[in-house]
Amino acid sequence: MELFLQQVVSGISTGAIYACMALSVVMIYQAIHHLNFAQGEMAMFSTYIAWQMMAWGFAWWIAFPVTIIVSFMGGFAIERVVFKPIQNAPVLSHIVVFIALFSIFNSLAGFIWDFTIKSVASPFGEGPFMGSTLLGKHQAGMIAVTILMLVMLWAFFQFTRVGLAMRAAAVNPESARLVGIRVETMTALGWGMASAIGAVAGILIAPVVFLEPNMMLSILLYGFAGAVLGGLTSPLGAVIGGFLVGIVENLAGTYLGGIGAELKLSIALALIIIVLVVKPEGLFGRKIVQRV
Amino acid sequence: MTQTVHTNAQAPSASVPPYQPAPAPQAKLLSLGNIVSLLVLALLIAIPIFSEGFFVFQMTQMLVYATAVLGLNLLTGINGQFSLGHSAFYAIGAYTCAILVELGGVNYMLTIPIAGVVAFVFGFLFAFPALRLEGIYLALATFALAVATPQLLKLNAISDWTGGVQGIVMFQETFDVPVPFGLPMDPGTWTFYLTLFVFAVVYVLALALVRSRTGRAMMAIRDNPIAARSMGISLPYYKATAFGVSALVTGIAGALNAIVIKFVAPDSFTFIFAVLILVGMVIGGVGWLQGCLIGGLAMLYFPNIAEVFDDIVLWVANIGGFADALPSGNEMQQQFIRLSGVIYGVILVLIIYLAPSGAGGLLRAIAGRIKRLLS
Repeated sequence: MELFLQQVVSGISTGAIYACMALSVVMIYQAIHHLNFAQGEMAMFSTYIAWQMMAWGFAWWIAFPVTIIVSFMGGFAIERVVFKPIQNAPVLSHIVVFIALFSIFNSLAGFIWDFTIKSVASPFGEGPFMGSTLLGKHQAGMIAVTILMLVMLWAFFQFTRVGLAMRAAAVNPESARLVGIRVETMTALGWGMASAIGAVAGILIAPVVFLEPNMMLSILLYGFAGAVLGGLTSPLGAVIGGFLVGIVENLAGTYLGGIGAELKLSIALALIIIVLVVKPEGLFGRKIVQRV
Repeated sequence: MTQTVHTNAQAPSASVPPYQPAPAPQAKLLSLGNIVSLLVLALLIAIPIFSEGFFVFQMTQMLVYATAVLGLNLLTGINGQFSLGHSAFYAIGAYTCAILVELGGVNYMLTIPIAGVVAFVFGFLFAFPALRLEGIYLALATFALAVATPQLLKLNAISDWTGGVQGIVMFQETFDVPVPFGLPMDPGTWTFYLTLFVFAVVYVLALALVRSRTGRAMMAIRDNPIAARSMGISLPYYKATAFGVSALVTGIAGALNAIVIKFVAPDSFTFIFAVLILVGMVIGGVGWLQGCLIGGLAMLYFPNIAEVFDDIVLWVANIGGFADALPSGNEMQQQFIRLSGVIYGVILVLIIYLAPSGAGGLLRAIAGRIKRLLS
């Protein structure tokens, strides 16, 4: 039983990574009803910006907000420049452009910063959290930041005019446009917020997994799994889903023996397929019905 | 809470032409298309006669890729389903071939259809969960499949068959593909003709499938699933069949790849390779099966896009007379190679902007212009 608890707690701390990623996946899904396959690479690129600023000698508390602002503007600009011209194109075109972005960011990061592994210091410090043997300070900080971000997002969507307008634009673009909401600006705003959240996720993940251009592919897969498990329409669900994925991954690694450790990515695959088949709307998502 | 979402809610804007799938092929015996096909076939047959060595090998590889593109196009272009995971079916074909040849001692030519059948079974089974998924969800499920494939292949429990991380080296005793019937050919030429034969058979069968009742049902599902269903077309049956057939063709391509390369290893079948097949299909033209050769060429040369780009820049610089202003040739090429992902991505975006229907769309547009000029 102690082993089980230990694995659950350590699952929660890895789950915090996936929860961050899942949150940014859901953000972009809310805005454009697409899954951004370049999300992980964008987060990786943001993390490099933060690393570069710290390497230039800026303090963490300067680098962090500046990176978030830069990422927000970057996401906004990508929507404006790259996606606006093809907003009515078929899904396949979008997928190809996502893949193009994936390739561009990956290669650009390697070009600017090399493919050597870089370590990023944790802002929360090393060592165990409050004398606990299960949870490190960084993991505790990550969980706290994820929950804080979730609360802020919830407040933003619930209590601000812009948040309301964004929800309206996502649910029913025509009617939103009729009541005077700039739907396209809202979409771009969604992109900006998604890449800002991705940047936070990247900066928090980097001390755990080390920084290199290919660090995000498997994390993105877990992020997708978390988002699908929790429901693509629910930010809260995405965060819970992310934590659950972390727990499942850890438990499988412990109790399935060698196979569990070898098959970590396949567990994400199995989770995604099971959820999509059994309960496509996820644990906390809304059911979407198509009208003919 | 139930929420309603309109499909096709936004009217297409003037700047982006609406998606137009290729028209159904006409069944005339001596049509322009058939003549061009025969000419291309003759050209392909002539390749080993007029060239040798590495170029023949590259063209063999191109035909293998073209087969894979054909497989994906049957799924996406004809049936309207997406896949970012076709590297998995390619891997299944390749491993089936390698295991049968090395451990089963089966003749390698026999393994090609067997690989197709095995891939069909896997594709059909994967289609069942995939059936309930549309568009972006299917892309997600197949993305997960592609990312997980190399890890599944490395699994310790099956490493007696798959060779684990090392993979399988084929034809260890003969060092090369055995040429059957005592034909006076070197192994490279023989594999080229074998690949060409298999490709041609698969291509003709694929066209026949598209023109058949089944093909029409698949296209009806692509164009309007609800109308198709109300006309009595079974969506699960045809979608799963399309997935299975697509996997079959891709699996055959994988088996051919194993024979051509004489080696299979888990890290050849990554997500990047699945993307490469998708890119080949988009460049050839989605829904235009004839474009698979162009797609195969694109798959062959796209990974080396940096070198090609470097050559073009040098060529332009020489004509424009500013070659001296550029960094020395080797240094510039190194920079381009490091930036190859960026070049790759930018070209992809440009293709989606300028020619969203790929080479097929461009050719149709040009043909339309010429017809209008003549009439």
